[in-house]
Amino acid sequence: MHGVTDEPAATTGASLAEQELLERLRARDERAFDELVRAWSPLMLRVARGFVSTDASAQEVVQDAWLGVIRGLASFEGRSSLRTWVFRILANIAKTRGVKEQRTTPLSSLAADEETGPTVDPSRFRRPDAEKWPRNWTAEGVPHHWDVDPVVGVLRGETRALVSAAVDGLPERQRAVVVLRDVQGFESDEVCDLLGLTAENQRVLLHRGRAKVRAALEAYYTAGSR
Amino acid sequence: MTEHRGFDINCIDLVELVTDYLEGALDDEKRATIDAHLEICPHCAEYIEQMRLTVQHLGHVPLEPALELPEQVRRQLLAVFRAEPR
Repeated sequence: MHGVTDEPAATTGASLAEQELLERLRARDERAFDELVRAWSPLMLRVARGFVSTDASAQEVVQDAWLGVIRGLASFEGRSSLRTWVFRILANIAKTRGVKEQRTTPLSSLAADEETGPTVDPSRFRRPDAEKWPRNWTAEGVPHHWDVDPVVGVLRGETRALVSAAVDGLPERQRAVVVLRDVQGFESDEVCDLLGLTAENQRVLLHRGRAKVRAALEAYYTAGSR
Repeated sequence: MTEHRGFDINCIDLVELVTDYLEGALDDEKRATIDAHLEICPHCAEYIEQMRLTVQHLGHVPLEPALELPEQVRRQLLAVFRAEPR
């Protein structure tokens, strides 16, 4: 069937629903703005919190971001999605504030404050000079199967708290990427856009963050079975 | 007889490529090598499955309700929105 169909929320341009929202905002529809602030602020606070030292600071960052949105609405052309635009404003303010608070080092020194090295304990693999199967899993190091509740949709309170804690314990950029990608379901290039990362940077951060969460889950699921 | 392609990569290297693999960011060659390795290595297959499960778990973490903008701040923003020239 031909005709206009609702485009998926894309990484470029606005979907039909977003276009309507944008029109309402431009028409000074206060209800639309209020709903937007209520809907998006919790995530914005979480993202901001990854860059600054305190909840209060995060709140100020989000407030300033919304002010930036209000001021920029008239000239926003809708070439990127509304969500990308708003979160980009947020990320810029959060980063600047974070640098000022000396909580964040500027992204140009990404390598400097990011850890490097293997994400899995190297002692779980046979040595490079081993006679048989060098660099393969050792017998003691192999990952053991997890007995996961098949209805993962109803995450038990225990596992949910565990995963939450693991995420909160991540270094800030890994946390930002993991939260935006895996918890919130943002697309890869959206996240690159928001956080000013290359695709490769983003994957490295995602990889390291996920590896840590996996390790936390492994400890939980295999407790007592090793 | 040619050796199985799965031997072209080691487990310790594979675990560092898991995310690239799941993201579809590897070239066809590399991906095929990993697929071949997974055929012969149940441990790496288990590891990748655990990464998938981890992502699933992450998808079910809700945001804490505690993180919200106070009512007062929302009202102030609304006032600014109202007053902004078109």
